[in-house]
Amino acid sequence: MAAARELKISRTTQTSSVCPYCAVGCSVVIHTLGDKARNVQPTVVHIEGDPDSPINRGTLCSKGISLKEFVVNERRLTKPLYRAPGSAEWKAISWDEAIDKAARRIKDTRDRTFQEKDGQGRTVNRTASIAMIGGCTDTNEINYLLSKFRFGLGIISYENQSRL
Amino acid sequence: MTNGWTDVANADVVLVMGGNPAENHPVGFRFVMEARRKRKAKLVVVDPRFNRTAAVADSYTPMRSGTDIAFLGGIIHHALTNKLYHEEYVKLHTNAAFVVKEGFGFENGHFSGWDNTKGNYDRSSWQYETDASGYARIDPTLENPRCVFQLMKAHYARYTPEAVSNICGCTAEEFTKAADLICSSGKPDKTGTILYALGWTQHSHSVQLIHTAAMMQLLLGNIGRPGGGVNAQRGHANIQGSTDMGSWNNLPGYLKIPRANHATLDDYLKAYTPKPLRPNSLNYWGNTSKFMVSLLKAYYGRHASKENGFGYGNIPKAGETENYGWGHFFDNMQKGQLEGFISFGMNPVANGPNTPKMLDALSKLKWMVVVENFETETAAFWNARKLGEKFYPTYVEASNIQTEVLLLPAACFAEKDGAFVNSSRWLQWKKAALPPPGDAKVDQEIMARIFLKVRELYEKEGGTAPKPLLEMTWDYANPLSPSLEEVAREVNGRDVATNKQLNGFGELKDDGSTVCGNWIYSGSWTEAGNLMARRGQEDPTGLGLYPNWSWSWPANRRILYNRAGADSTGKGWDPQRTPLRWDGTRWIGDTPDYKADAKPEDMGAFIMLPEGVAKLFAADLVEGPFPEHYEPVESPVPNPLHPNVSHNPLAPIFHGPLDKLGEAKDYPYVAITYRLTEHFHYWTKHVASGSQLQTNFFVELPEALANEKGIKGGDLVRVRSARGMVEGPALVTKRIRPLRVAGKTVYQVGIPIHWGFVGRVRGPLVNNLTPSAYDPNAGTPEYKGFLVNVEKV
Amino acid sequence: MQTVAKLIDTTQCIGCKACEVACQEWNDQEFTLGTFNNSYQTMPDLAPNFWNLIKFNEAEQNGAQSWLMAKYQCMHCADAGCIKACPAPGAIIQRANGIVDFEHDACIGCGYCITGCPFDVPRLSSKTKKVYKCSLCSDRVAVGLEPACIKSCPTNCLSFGTRHDLKFLAEKRVSELKSDGFENAAIYDGPGVGGTNVLYVLKHGDKPEQYGLPKDPRIPWTVSLWKGPVKWLGNLVFFGGLFTALVHFLAIGPKEHKHED
Repeated sequence: MAAARELKISRTTQTSSVCPYCAVGCSVVIHTLGDKARNVQPTVVHIEGDPDSPINRGTLCSKGISLKEFVVNERRLTKPLYRAPGSAEWKAISWDEAIDKAARRIKDTRDRTFQEKDGQGRTVNRTASIAMIGGCTDTNEINYLLSKFRFGLGIISYENQSRL
Repeated sequence: MTNGWTDVANADVVLVMGGNPAENHPVGFRFVMEARRKRKAKLVVVDPRFNRTAAVADSYTPMRSGTDIAFLGGIIHHALTNKLYHEEYVKLHTNAAFVVKEGFGFENGHFSGWDNTKGNYDRSSWQYETDASGYARIDPTLENPRCVFQLMKAHYARYTPEAVSNICGCTAEEFTKAADLICSSGKPDKTGTILYALGWTQHSHSVQLIHTAAMMQLLLGNIGRPGGGVNAQRGHANIQGSTDMGSWNNLPGYLKIPRANHATLDDYLKAYTPKPLRPNSLNYWGNTSKFMVSLLKAYYGRHASKENGFGYGNIPKAGETENYGWGHFFDNMQKGQLEGFISFGMNPVANGPNTPKMLDALSKLKWMVVVENFETETAAFWNARKLGEKFYPTYVEASNIQTEVLLLPAACFAEKDGAFVNSSRWLQWKKAALPPPGDAKVDQEIMARIFLKVRELYEKEGGTAPKPLLEMTWDYANPLSPSLEEVAREVNGRDVATNKQLNGFGELKDDGSTVCGNWIYSGSWTEAGNLMARRGQEDPTGLGLYPNWSWSWPANRRILYNRAGADSTGKGWDPQRTPLRWDGTRWIGDTPDYKADAKPEDMGAFIMLPEGVAKLFAADLVEGPFPEHYEPVESPVPNPLHPNVSHNPLAPIFHGPLDKLGEAKDYPYVAITYRLTEHFHYWTKHVASGSQLQTNFFVELPEALANEKGIKGGDLVRVRSARGMVEGPALVTKRIRPLRVAGKTVYQVGIPIHWGFVGRVRGPLVNNLTPSAYDPNAGTPEYKGFLVNVEKV
Repeated sequence: MQTVAKLIDTTQCIGCKACEVACQEWNDQEFTLGTFNNSYQTMPDLAPNFWNLIKFNEAEQNGAQSWLMAKYQCMHCADAGCIKACPAPGAIIQRANGIVDFEHDACIGCGYCITGCPFDVPRLSSKTKKVYKCSLCSDRVAVGLEPACIKSCPTNCLSFGTRHDLKFLAEKRVSELKSDGFENAAIYDGPGVGGTNVLYVLKHGDKPEQYGLPKDPRIPWTVSLWKGPVKWLGNLVFFGGLFTALVHFLAIGPKEHKHED
């Protein structure tokens, strides 16, 4: 009798991770092909629930079970993009150019608009003309670094998804 | 969540209201199904729609969106009048006995102290009566007419089943049936839990709504107990963690943002360190100085000294009454008052209220930096005219938008390590499985390279006020891409002299000898290593606490307020389900939410509150110490309780050119927006599987309304609000029942989110419709219960 | 080898569709786009690339709203109509563990199996001209793993095990439901096809059609004939012929072809 199809996860590396969607916090196992050798780029072949987790015990929802489609996705951004004033399109640029541009814009705005004192002469040290948002889908450590980033720059208008 | 996902299996009654876990948290919902199977728990669903959670419920009650406070107020009334509350618990663990000052009252929609010209309250009459030492007076008999218990009874006397029916639209019988089921958890050996989500938070009275839920749970003796609590099902993997790390009004660890009148650290600490209101109150926030100084020391390192207030002056400050929150800064952006905007993984054009306003605001910027996995509506806002023409026919052409945009490719979850905090407050560490695709980079590298480049420019060129920027510590082994393990160690905190990791926030000092990036996470990475990565399976209490799986803030405590789960002698209310008990010398079970070596009678169970007990009456909320039913900002009827003060008098409403509000005569139907199980937010429209499960945007219409309008399932309909429009096929269903409200028939229209003008599948953004009206305490927008009209196209 | 089976306790289904996507994902099915059909159901019916569908049925039971959801896929019948109907040797096989599996190299795309199936499950792909259906993840089961749909299911609606064990579990569940007042609760076990290796627990066991299940599934008589008595007859004729030929050979020797020329 014919054998069943070969198991596609029989030669994978397993990495434990946590689903990035809702906040139930299901643990997932990411199966990658490639033995971590220098000349091999690992690729995700499958993601499924981690049975060790007391939360999901291996189960997942329709979104979590298809996380591979999220990670390996031709719509992912792979290059820094720039849209010039008045332009109707993106232009790919290098990282160095992107970082230089971002830093220059931040510094110029901060230099121009930073308030050391408010109208009553009280120290406020803020850049109210730059707002920043984010963090709800990133880790604690990134969020902590973001707090250093924004307080360093004096950004006070900072919000994340928890406000919505 | 006060409790956690795994704990839901301990419940006897599960109230799902303002949430839809079967659809939006299906894996968390498994614990509801387990409680039903194993404990014969009753699942009670109250929702405008008969949804997939209702499909498996024991009781379903329809309601009008935005009337939850009336419903829960009705339950409070029901519990009090029928004596269904847990009396001993209420006396021991709440402020029911506290006596409120003379002069407190409520009349015609306003509490005492209302100032009509300022549009604000003078809250002095909402305070407790105090004795000479500043402690609140109490009446343990609960008979004093000015004690919280009696005031509460009087306040909710208006919330009869008939009144609830008249406001919410269910019948009085349906209400009473649900109320009886919910109140059956008021017996000492029963517990009931509440699962809610954005159906409760997205209102102009959301914090008061959750306060009502907390009051109900306190009356029923359900806080601090297995299978109890008030449990927010949070909607993003680390939305809890990002809340913990602060937003505009909070520093990490819920330390308040300094205000301009707090010139020095001492001023700040004086303003924000509460004093105990009872002699037996531990008042843990009395330690604020230790949390704050350790944070400042983490931020400013060697630049932080006792002499300079540990660098306190560097922290940006807001004016006393200023608000730099979402609604406010986008309003200022629209007025052209902001130059720059940075979005690290968020999509405000899609998820913020009033998309037309959002698009207008972004077009006024000089520059914007977006860090993302996919192109989003926000990154591509300048192309909205072309991509979403039907919905934004008058929006500016790209050629006339001067905003420079940088869209930087970031790693996704699988490509980076670090900790997510789930709804249960569990910090779970994940590992990176592969590198990011193409030239995409991990977020810490993108952020660090921009930050260090700005610093470099200041060092080279000089500029305005470089000190706060240059003094911020960034001394990581690889500053250009800090290791997140190194950052996690800093967040946990260490002793400066010995360089040893701290065991917990109990070791923090306010003399600069400890460093800690977020006091509530202290204990997550000790000398024993990374406790967030633990995978222990043990469950010694059998209550699903799993103390060795990951690490839970605070102090690895799994059930908050667990001391209240026991009586005055330290014995669990229900001997079968005791998370914490006193054995005569020590507390056994979960990490005690109490001083570890204190006897049961030594102090109040709610150690974080100055009262030492939980607050049924809360003077810290801006629109009143008791929750009151206020209509949504746009409502089909005037408030049946007080038509002249119809909606929350303190709700921030904006009045810009695109901030129009509609009236019932033009927009007769109540609209609600929500997620579907098939999609995640605005992400899975980029993903093949979600695109297949629900390819098309649609509008859910009650069958009776569809019949009135001659609309059949699949017909194209247009939904308009005063702000904008969406269009899609109608899903005609009996599952949204017409309601009878204040003598008239009210129809509700359901509109799922998830689509937009960028993606593998596309459709209208529902926030084209939603108003820029917010809750005054939390700043959440009113996405549930606004007005629309519907027409067949 | 024990017969394996799947139990679907419809009282626990919340229509989350994890099983639908787990099936797609594990079996590397192409995701397609759907059309709107006034329902939450992913598509009106099973498809060559979609082997596991939750059917959503809105109904009113005694004036109360209800919304029944049940997963629908190959039932892995003990007496499988598809095998009966299939003319291509080895294209449809029943493994020792009871799984009815398609071998696509041998499939000739005739579609007879579709006619043979009392549950209307197999689907012919116009692209590959072959027929597809749930394999009960025979590749996973072969190495001791549960099928993908079973693993994903968050609410314990789905279980996997031996048919014997699951039957016990299902009976227990039915008696629980009966004691909860659902008198018509019942197991649905493919009557008419010798039992199925996919078992259902139904709260309204008297009305399986409310869940999208046939009340009385039968292999069509034409198919039963084709591989039942007719096949036997055919075999009789075929082997009979062979036997006659053998006797002829032994008695008379090889048939000689006369050269006509």
